[in-house]
Amino acid sequence: MRKSKFLTPLFFLLPALILMVPFVIYPVFKTVYLSFFLDDKFVGLENYKNVLLSPDIVNLDRFPNKSPPWGALIHNVVWIAIHLPATVFLGLGIALLLRRKEIKGASIIKSIIFLGMVIPMIVGGLIIRFLFEEGAGVIPAIFKALGIEGLAITWTAYPKTALFAAILGSIWIWTGFSMLMYSAGLASIPKDYYEAALIDGANRFQIFKNVTWPLLKPITIVVVAMTLLWDLKIFDVVYVATGGGPGGASMVLALQMWDYFARALNYNYAAVVAVLLTTLTLIPALWLIRRRD
Amino acid sequence: MNIPKYKLKEFIISNSIAWVLGLIWLIPFLGVLMASIRPYREIVSGWWHFSPFTITLKNFVGAFNHPMFPISEGLRNSLIIAIPSTITPLLVAALAAYAFARYSFPIKNYLFVFIVFLMALPQQMTIVPLYFLLRNFHLLNKFQGLILVHSAWGLAWIIFFMRNYFSMLPTDVEEAARIDGASDFKIFYKIVLPMALPGLISAAILQFTWVWSDFFLALVFLQNPEKYVATQRLPLLRGQYFVDWGILTAASIMVMLVPLLVYTLFQKYYISGMIGWSTEK
Repeated sequence: MRKSKFLTPLFFLLPALILMVPFVIYPVFKTVYLSFFLDDKFVGLENYKNVLLSPDIVNLDRFPNKSPPWGALIHNVVWIAIHLPATVFLGLGIALLLRRKEIKGASIIKSIIFLGMVIPMIVGGLIIRFLFEEGAGVIPAIFKALGIEGLAITWTAYPKTALFAAILGSIWIWTGFSMLMYSAGLASIPKDYYEAALIDGANRFQIFKNVTWPLLKPITIVVVAMTLLWDLKIFDVVYVATGGGPGGASMVLALQMWDYFARALNYNYAAVVAVLLTTLTLIPALWLIRRRD
Repeated sequence: MNIPKYKLKEFIISNSIAWVLGLIWLIPFLGVLMASIRPYREIVSGWWHFSPFTITLKNFVGAFNHPMFPISEGLRNSLIIAIPSTITPLLVAALAAYAFARYSFPIKNYLFVFIVFLMALPQQMTIVPLYFLLRNFHLLNKFQGLILVHSAWGLAWIIFFMRNYFSMLPTDVEEAARIDGASDFKIFYKIVLPMALPGLISAAILQFTWVWSDFFLALVFLQNPEKYVATQRLPLLRGQYFVDWGILTAASIMVMLVPLLVYTLFQKYYISGMIGWSTEK
């Protein structure tokens, strides 16, 4: 590390600052500012009260006994509750399975599972819609064959199933990420650790519990934080798979923000939802930053 | 194959599980492929029925030359946006990342933490003011406007990624050049950039595929149908009276072909980019 010559680093940073200040940093503060106004009038926390108490965001009259809409915030939480553990453990399980040397064609399977991460999410959303469509889609057909008529329907068209169709589909999209991260993490564990454990007479489960899992902890933190961020920011998939419907039954925060912005033309409410969404993303973000120290 | 008998059971069980999982993950893609190459009447009751089985390219032609939202124009627009939106942030971020990796200056650590925070920021947090900003500068509905926004948004993660990459490079060549009297900037572009080429390729590939795959920013900043990018056209191809899965899947294949191709050709760089983007060395 060279001694500080103040001007040289500034010169290197300048182009980045010129782009980021007007197009990223200024709009962040301006959005916070906008969230306190309505029709150019300062209203303090009024917008927050109206938005947070509206059934668009939290609809406790329906949650959890009736079918969605439960409100965008609750939908995001439900999303996290199902999607996060499912993808993390599936990804870990697949990574563990595919590194066993008896598996033939492990790299092909890995590539297939990772494909969901490569395609545009808007295509992912369309595929979800296609999967859950009665007639043309596989999933209703499977339930029909099983004799479960209640689920042999176009999932995206009914309030009780639309949200879950989007969540299940997004498990298909996102599992590749945690599988990839865990595969890389497993590959970086030195072989002698396992040999030592084997010599000590540890069985497979003990090796996993006492060697693999603790050594994977840094990876788990990254995977969980990134998945949380993805779950909170989810937009394209819902936009095209269900449009947030029917009747808001699969609405999520990012889409609700777009709804206020583009359909209701209420920029202040849109700003409130954006601030709420950003506040929530701070939790995994700070977690990632704290890990640095 | 030489497999000891006692391992045979294990071999069969774990291979079956692995391949069943692979198949489950592949089925949605198979469905898309089948729907795209067959006429509508054959897939409306399930693409897995094979009789009759007619192969046709009509869906691809129909999506490519769609009367309202031709995917051909969308693909062209996506390319016009994705290329400059990859090159610009790559160069700008590489400069900034070098400052973070090699120099010490006041507030450096705070600034870097701020950049990590920006990586987590939802795009929703900026679009209302950005919409008005671009409108006031007559950049709304223009490719230049979207390219600027994409470039600015790409910076945070590329700075993070390239700083990690630069930090791993040995510095002795740089020191030697400095003793020979080379300027800071010359050292940067003559020595550091060429050494960092694999990192730059990884960053370029991810940024390109992410810009190509973007839907939200295009949705906000391109509102003139002629300017619509490929991802933006996809949801508009639904068909009037029923969802025309033939056209939709054919168009989907054309839109995802570009990132798939990039992934296949540069798999090594893609994967190391993915890992390096989310973890810190």
